[in-house]
Amino acid sequence: MIEFKMPSLGADMEAATLVEWFKEPGDRVERGDIIALVETQKGAIEIEVFNEGIIGEQRVQPGRKVPVGTVLATILGPAEEGPSGPAAKTTKAVEPRPPERLVSAGETPAPAAPPPLRVTPAARRRAAALGISPENLSPGPDGIIGLEQLPPGPEREASPPRSRRAGLDLDEMRKAIGAAMARSHREIPHYWVVHAIDSTALFDWLEAQNVMRPIERRLLYIAPLMKAIALALKQVPELNGHYEQGAFRPSPVVHMGLATALRGGGLIAPAIRDIDSKSVDELMSAIAELVPRARLGRLRSSEMTDGTVTLTNLGEGNADSVFPLIYPNQVAIVGCGTASPRPWVVGNAVAIRQVIQVTLAGDHRVSHGRHAAQFLTRLSELLAHPEAL
Amino acid sequence: MTDAELSDLVARSFYAVAPDIEGEPIDPNKSFRAQFEIDSMDFLNFVIGLHKATGVEILERDYPDLQTLSGAVAFLRQRLP
Repeated sequence: MIEFKMPSLGADMEAATLVEWFKEPGDRVERGDIIALVETQKGAIEIEVFNEGIIGEQRVQPGRKVPVGTVLATILGPAEEGPSGPAAKTTKAVEPRPPERLVSAGETPAPAAPPPLRVTPAARRRAAALGISPENLSPGPDGIIGLEQLPPGPEREASPPRSRRAGLDLDEMRKAIGAAMARSHREIPHYWVVHAIDSTALFDWLEAQNVMRPIERRLLYIAPLMKAIALALKQVPELNGHYEQGAFRPSPVVHMGLATALRGGGLIAPAIRDIDSKSVDELMSAIAELVPRARLGRLRSSEMTDGTVTLTNLGEGNADSVFPLIYPNQVAIVGCGTASPRPWVVGNAVAIRQVIQVTLAGDHRVSHGRHAAQFLTRLSELLAHPEAL
Repeated sequence: MTDAELSDLVARSFYAVAPDIEGEPIDPNKSFRAQFEIDSMDFLNFVIGLHKATGVEILERDYPDLQTLSGAVAFLRQRLP
């Protein structure tokens, strides 16, 4: 019998609330199946199972908040017999749930109750942050309660009990970010090395590619950039892996967390696995699928825990450079500023080039500036030949 | 399609890529980016949505015309039969 426990989904997670079971006692599960939804400071996370077997007993009921490591359920091996008899039900894997839409406020209304309020998710979040019940607001002319119907917020006053629901609570997320970054700043002896990289070849290649491609297959520069970063990291193993219990564990593959800003102020860095062995097209599809899910708070447990390194890319029209903090227990983070046209010396002349300022923050317990410089030089070489990525 | 129908189609395509702000009113003359913290990935998904809904070919050089709701309506009105 296997004890299925509340997993730790990040360096500073202590507890989470079980929201829903997707598998019942007697159901057969396989590695990778999503069996439950939990609510954490970083939003609702779908929990995957890593063993094959049959669900035995569910020890925690939805609505309960339990510490990391609490046994949530037992999983019986193929040879064991479940409590509901030997015949195990076979159920299909849980389909990913559709994105959150306009939802009704409060509990299921009584039959004679007025029609449920329509509240936008953004308005619901701000209302919760302000401690306002959506029932006490008047809808806009279209019958919907949106941000316009709420005072600007969030204000930091003592508030009545907040509405508890699956999804994102940006105040809680800010606390989790704060705790993780305080720990990073306290424990990791950081250093930063910056290199301005001429990325003109990358943007020329991208433009030529996108002219030929149907719209669904067009690329954003983040995809080849991530691939180049992963390939460069493979050559400097001191920058990819985890530092745990006083020792560095390098990772043979690159699972890259992608720092994703959420509207309203949240930030989360779900990981895309095996960047080094994915094609640029596969990467683009993976990013396009992941980012909207991160925004809705519909991530999976493995995406929260698998990262071996993180990328924070400020993106178009943004600031020139960034000096990020490492996400514990990783040992490096790459920060890319916006790509801007800059004067650049080519041979004996000055030319206009698209330049990205790339920062590598490393952990001095594992690496030093020489490793960062090797990585940045290699990245520069790779970005000069985007067609080879 | 009337302009009102086009406007509705553009708004629906927009909310589809940003469901967390579904139902929020859109200022037709202000860029999506300025109003709602839209990034390149959201914008690409929005353009793909417009293409799928209308069949209109959209090139990268057309992207500046699609930054606002009114711009997108004008662009589609011109390209649709």
